[in-house]
Amino acid sequence: MAEKQLMKGNEAFATAAINAGCRYYFGYPITPQNEIPEFMSRELAKYGGAFIQAESELAAVNMAYGAAAAGGRVLLSSSSPGVALMQESISLIASVELPVVIINVMRGGPGIGSIQPSQADYDQVTVGGGNGDYKTIVYAPSSIQEACDMIYKAFDVAEEYRNPVMICADGMIGQMMEPVALPEPVEPVMGEEIRKKKPWALTGHRNERERHALNSVWLQQDLLEEYIDAYWPKFEKAERELQEWEDFMTEDAEVLYVAYGSTARIAKEAVVALRNEGVKVGLIRPKTLWPFPEKAFENLDGVKDVISVELSKAGQLKRDVRLAVEGRARVSLINRYGGMLLDPAEVVERTKKIMEEVK
Amino acid sequence: MNTVFEYTKGMREKEMHYCPGCTHGIAHRLIMEVLEERGALGNTIGVSPVGCSIVAHQYMNVDMLESPHGRAPAVASGIKRVHPESYVFTYQGDGDLASIGTSEIIHAAERGEHFCTFFINNAIYGMTGGQMAPTTLVGQKATTCVEGRTVKQAGFPLRMSEIMSQIDGAVYVERVSLATPAEIRKAKKAISKAFDVQKNKQGFAFVELLSTCPTNWGMSPTDAIVWLKDNMVPYYPVKKFKDVEEV
Repeated sequence: MAEKQLMKGNEAFATAAINAGCRYYFGYPITPQNEIPEFMSRELAKYGGAFIQAESELAAVNMAYGAAAAGGRVLLSSSSPGVALMQESISLIASVELPVVIINVMRGGPGIGSIQPSQADYDQVTVGGGNGDYKTIVYAPSSIQEACDMIYKAFDVAEEYRNPVMICADGMIGQMMEPVALPEPVEPVMGEEIRKKKPWALTGHRNERERHALNSVWLQQDLLEEYIDAYWPKFEKAERELQEWEDFMTEDAEVLYVAYGSTARIAKEAVVALRNEGVKVGLIRPKTLWPFPEKAFENLDGVKDVISVELSKAGQLKRDVRLAVEGRARVSLINRYGGMLLDPAEVVERTKKIMEEVK
Repeated sequence: MNTVFEYTKGMREKEMHYCPGCTHGIAHRLIMEVLEERGALGNTIGVSPVGCSIVAHQYMNVDMLESPHGRAPAVASGIKRVHPESYVFTYQGDGDLASIGTSEIIHAAERGEHFCTFFINNAIYGMTGGQMAPTTLVGQKATTCVEGRTVKQAGFPLRMSEIMSQIDGAVYVERVSLATPAEIRKAKKAISKAFDVQKNKQGFAFVELLSTCPTNWGMSPTDAIVWLKDNMVPYYPVKKFKDVEEV
């Protein structure tokens, strides 16, 4: 591991991507992720890569689609409404089975919303998005270091699963500064090597093989059903193998928080504060939003209350929590939204109210 | 016996799904002949649009990728970044390029992208069943203007080559017609020139091909050819709008 350096989240994300061998970036300005395209516009050419400031998110995601089909390691980034614009082609990329990594620095919604941190994209990234039967693999970092490690890994996961992988950060993680040890640079697969290492990619057939036709349209519905059946096992594999979470003081917990991203750090402080008062509180922090870490909820012995702590009015995370809890405990919600944040004292206070209601 | 003509290796031996009299087959073949003649079939990546020609990859013997509706120029821009030495082209219809995809085609040209676009203008939506296109002529009937397009209701048809010729990054812009054998030969020359411009990294090249859609025009193939000449050519003049210096 390299030495730690103090970096702004968005710039650290971009550096981690370059170190992971990413050489192609396409983006369109949107707050709060603008440092990523700015950084890539300065840096990628130095590595023999390419940056395009696209005319829209629609164009950016389709540039990424083309570059991924051609065998490049591709990064996209945007923020909530921009990601919504990209969803048609995220579905398309999944349907053609191509690897693309997307960073979503979430902001307040719906609509144009606010530019402050939010987690109201949970539905968009885990169950919503584009049309049709596919899933996006979603990681949720709660520190800049973790974001860098997840981005680094995401490129390999995207290529292994031949599927879009999203890093769901929020405006807080993107904009703040923290010490970070950047992952070691890997050599990218470029040019002629793509033909050897990625035989599925579009490289020109060189009169050596049949031409590749990467398609998303199926004019015969029975063939589309067969095609979906053929790729679906990878999503079942992802559910078995990719679930990640952190347990924090869950062992004897009677109250269990579930929180991800920067909100999990606030929930952690609330855990410590309540523990100091003798309340048995713990935290499950999902690191993957899809697949949701259901395995973390296998043993809920002694748990009376499970509380989703999130930045969403609707309790988008809470829905997955309820599905995982399966009625074994009461599920509640502590939330702020629209770009407003929770603080530990508010979480502590609202937790106590919820606990009183139990009695 | 001397061979005087051969089916191009650029076309796969597949039965086409295009309607009788449709000029997609001619346009496909011209592009593939040009690539074969320059020995480039193995080093070309094409992008097909949404529309009747979405499955052009079933007929064209080059690596190909389908694009979402209108986004082919963005897709091609991404491909070209990864394989700058390969020939890259988009093949797009009028609904795809001149309606939903105006942003992508304009900005690919503005960037002076080193790929070519072949724009099939048949003045109607084919695959979806004959709706009005941005290039549908005033008075021309379509399923969303059954009495004929009116300026009052739907405005004026877009002349894409004229628009493209205003963009500095588009260095070669020509409109050709597929109505007669002589014009088809000229179209092939324009396609070849577009690939030259790409090879020489001179900028973006755009060739518009006036085409027929007998099915959705409700005409026989021969009547469609006459209609194209009598109605489309006066509004969409066949000419070279912009050319580069020979290098």
